[in-house]
Amino acid sequence: MSLGAPYSFSHLAVVPAYNEAATIGGVIRSLREQVPDFDVLVIDDGSTDGTQIVAESAGARVVRHPFNLGIGGAVQSGFSFALENGYDYMVQVDGDGQHDPVEINRLVETMDDDPRLDMVCGSRFLTKDYKYPSPVSRRTGIHVFAFLLSRIVGQRVSDPTSGFRLFNRRAIAVFARDYPHDYPEVEAVLMLHYHRLRMREVPVRMFARGGGVSSISSGKSVYYMIKVLLAIFVGLVRARPVVEPGDEAPVAAAGGI
Amino acid sequence: MSLNFQLLAIAASAGLLLVVLELVRRRRFLERYALVWMGCALALLALAAWRPGLELVAAVLGIAYPPTALFLVAGGFVGLLLLHFSIAVSRLTDQSKVLAQRVALLEERQRHHEAPPVPARTYRPAEREAVGRGPRP
Repeated sequence: MSLGAPYSFSHLAVVPAYNEAATIGGVIRSLREQVPDFDVLVIDDGSTDGTQIVAESAGARVVRHPFNLGIGGAVQSGFSFALENGYDYMVQVDGDGQHDPVEINRLVETMDDDPRLDMVCGSRFLTKDYKYPSPVSRRTGIHVFAFLLSRIVGQRVSDPTSGFRLFNRRAIAVFARDYPHDYPEVEAVLMLHYHRLRMREVPVRMFARGGGVSSISSGKSVYYMIKVLLAIFVGLVRARPVVEPGDEAPVAAAGGI
Repeated sequence: MSLNFQLLAIAASAGLLLVVLELVRRRRFLERYALVWMGCALALLALAAWRPGLELVAAVLGIAYPPTALFLVAGGFVGLLLLHFSIAVSRLTDQSKVLAQRVALLEERQRHHEAPPVPARTYRPAEREAVGRGPRP
């Protein structure tokens, strides 16, 4: 696979954004200020509000999807970009300003300290004094997933829906090949487990959303729960193929048109 | 089975077969979908036209009234076709996702490697007159 232009740094920050023009500029400036050794890549997932223009004028590189693929497809484009350009670390940061770029340093330090780790996850729930303003229904859902996942993967997973994550090359390669579609974070933890990769959580502070609309509205949260629960149980019976290089393409991609 | 019902069933399945053949002739189908539909239409036509066959199917399945067997077979085909199309739609969704990602990544790479476009030159009114275009209306 050909490499792009030579890059000055081997750290990449991926910001998936769908109609986040109001907040994306601030997120990019904050990233460039707090973690200047990270290249910033925005995945504009088919926005209609000029997210791309705002992001480019704030100094980010922008991959623009021709239409909306959903958060899973957007983050996977980031993995593909990181893989093709040979980045060592990739951090995923939300475009709505929930994640504080200062905390990226803590994720990087954790991964630097333990080279066996493939993913370091920022968790809202590991600090005693966390105040994360989310509706009760969503918190309940998060705790249900946390309970199930912790038992399946055999280690405590306190915040399985957190999108504030740092990946190394092994994790980047796995997820560039195959990443879940709709609400990927929970399934990604499972995939990591089945690939025998390691993760750890570190406590981070998160902000309330700076603007825009969450990809998970309250009406959809029931659908979200059912869908992710199904994914967890499908993962349990190992019907979801763990695709290794040389295998057939995952799930639906097999065959012609 | 009344003659009227049999005529209706024959007409309907023959109509389906004709529509499918016409669509194949106009190349509106890929062959694999045409085959599925033609198999479906032919099987229904055979059962509708050939009563002993339908009665045999009904007897084997323990159905007292043979036309019900026709509905059952037709319903089975509908279910199979729907399943087939769900699989096809899932595959196309996945493939179009991958294509969109590849296009987006290639576009970004191309933009990154190209020199930034030269901004269109703008003239102040005096310059516009100097180059002979006159003042902007």
